Amino acid sequence: MNRNEVYERLNAVFREVFDDENLTVADATTAADVEDWDSLSHITLIAAVEDEFDISFDMKTVVGLKCVGDMVDAILQEM
Amino acid sequence: MHELLQYPFDGAEIQRRRRRIRRELLEKECVRTPRRIAILGGSTTHDLRELLELFLLDEGIVPEFYESDFGAWWEDAMFGEALAAFRPELVVIHTGVRNISAYPPPSADETEAEKVIAAEFARFTAAWEAISRRFDCPVVQNNFEKPPLRIYGNRDAWDIHGRTYMTAELNRRMGEYARAHRGFYINDIDTLSADIGLGRWHDGKAWHLYKYSPAPEAVPELAHNLSRIIISVWGKAKKALALDLDNTLWGGVVGDDGVEGIEIGHEISSGQVYSEFQAWIAEMRRRGVVLSVISKNDEHNAIAGLNHPEGTLRPADFAAIYANWDPKDRNFAALARQLNLLPESIVFCDDNPAERKIVSDSFPGAAVPPFDAPEKYARILDRAGYFEPATLSADDLARADMYRQNAERAKLETSFADYREYLKSLDMHAEIKGFSPLYIARIAQLTNKSNQFNLTTLRCAETDIARMAESEDYITLYGKLSDRFGDNGVVAVTAAEREENVFHIRLWLMSCRVLKRDMEYAMLDALAAKAVAAGADTLRGYYLPTAKNGMVQDLYKKFGFSLREETEAGTVWELSLSDYVPKCDIIEVERD
Repeated sequence: MNRNEVYERLNAVFREVFDDENLTVADATTAADVEDWDSLSHITLIAAVEDEFDISFDMKTVVGLKCVGDMVDAILQEM
Repeated sequence: MHELLQYPFDGAEIQRRRRRIRRELLEKECVRTPRRIAILGGSTTHDLRELLELFLLDEGIVPEFYESDFGAWWEDAMFGEALAAFRPELVVIHTGVRNISAYPPPSADETEAEKVIAAEFARFTAAWEAISRRFDCPVVQNNFEKPPLRIYGNRDAWDIHGRTYMTAELNRRMGEYARAHRGFYINDIDTLSADIGLGRWHDGKAWHLYKYSPAPEAVPELAHNLSRIIISVWGKAKKALALDLDNTLWGGVVGDDGVEGIEIGHEISSGQVYSEFQAWIAEMRRRGVVLSVISKNDEHNAIAGLNHPEGTLRPADFAAIYANWDPKDRNFAALARQLNLLPESIVFCDDNPAERKIVSDSFPGAAVPPFDAPEKYARILDRAGYFEPATLSADDLARADMYRQNAERAKLETSFADYREYLKSLDMHAEIKGFSPLYIARIAQLTNKSNQFNLTTLRCAETDIARMAESEDYITLYGKLSDRFGDNGVVAVTAAEREENVFHIRLWLMSCRVLKRDMEYAMLDALAAKAVAAGADTLRGYYLPTAKNGMVQDLYKKFGFSLREETEAGTVWELSLSDYVPKCDIIEVERD
């Protein structure tokens, strides 16, 4: 799976979790850019991403996520 | 019901689509009851709150939540001022094994170990008692799941120093407490966590990163399980099963295969699975679930199948049997009418997806679980929690029989030309007395589930009912009605509050199972007599319209009250007691 394919599925997850059909994320996107992306919805988001890609991030990875680009890196590494 | 919330559900899907589900639920037009629920957590409860909201919205409850600060469940229960300002109608205490503060040290002997266990339990009882004292409302408390680690290996289960032993011991004491305290309910996460798997429940990552216990993936099941108790406390549990026959209660088609050809019994595995399912249903009936049949069959074939010697269920176990060739949605509507139940109180079980769709399309509120493999039927009905008995009154246990007796009454009625003659033939006896402790659970339940014959739709917890019973200013009355077919149990409830010479009727309701039996007149006679004896001269009645109680809009008029006021909120009626003449002469009444 390449980066673009990951983004396609990842955007679908973001749209579902934040219930926003127009949401599109990119490498530089952070929690500050998405309305409702707070520490609590972050937990739901991580669980949904793990579920979508059938992976499980370890704790260290979760703590290290600073932007969507980091998340995509982590997904590609896990898969 | 929302399709994504129908059990068995995909928890991960609920987790990620929760916002959309919530939006869709709120867009649906229906009658909803607002409720204030406090969640006091020993771990992060954000997820639990959001998912609990979905399951409650789906059942017509709009919760307003209070959440304690992280981990502050005990302090909040004991002293929380914001909690007091919130005035909870129900308190959920979400704690678990991670909130146990002390275990017997390895050196402890039995006496010392007992001290530690007792002290830990006392910490919990103090919180429950504080809530009861401060808010007088129902409490739903998690019991303890098994710990993630076993310090003593297999010994942990039985050694007095073991943590596993500690949780079992605390659970035992909590059960004792529940048996002795009205309004205290246990959310059995011990079973739930085992069901989900302890390894998945105790996810170290979720605990250390977010202080989530259990892990997010277990929260949909947890919220669902908790919602079943809350729904049941507020009288919204299901009451009846509507069962298909062919390939639902037995394998094969009785009309084609004959009684000898259908699969049931212990000879073959495909028959065994149906035997077990029938036996499970029979047990559910014994604890009060009303049974009925909706089957496309000739009636004699249906009856013959139900008399199969290897089956557990018999035709007499069913309050109604619809075995014909009409569309099932039509039979479902007729069944709901006959049993005086709302469609959302009935669970429709059918192996045919087309039949399920017809019923769920026509009755969006009805529960229509997927019945695609007989070995899963019982488990789906069990874990869906449709019939969660938060309270279990004697009346509940007798319910299945009562509905059957009603069917017999209906048969008798058709043999009389004159309705009064029919009523006389019933030989009715009533007991109409002030609220007594024995009936408080049933009375509270009635205030929560009666929608149609209910003048004010005032919903009451058991504690509210107990308060009225003890108040000097109230006349309270429950009515029990029995006749030649059996005892209907407590079916009517009235409470009136005194202000000077006027008694205001705050609560007036009756179960639909005794409509048109003149029981309402007997209740009015009793109320009038008590009001006169108390020296009052007027009764004031209130009718507050809802979507469902149109049948009683003219009740007070029928009683001879005069209209005093009419506003958008409803109508106010008054009756002078100076020349009151008793109205019911057909029921023999015993009063206190």
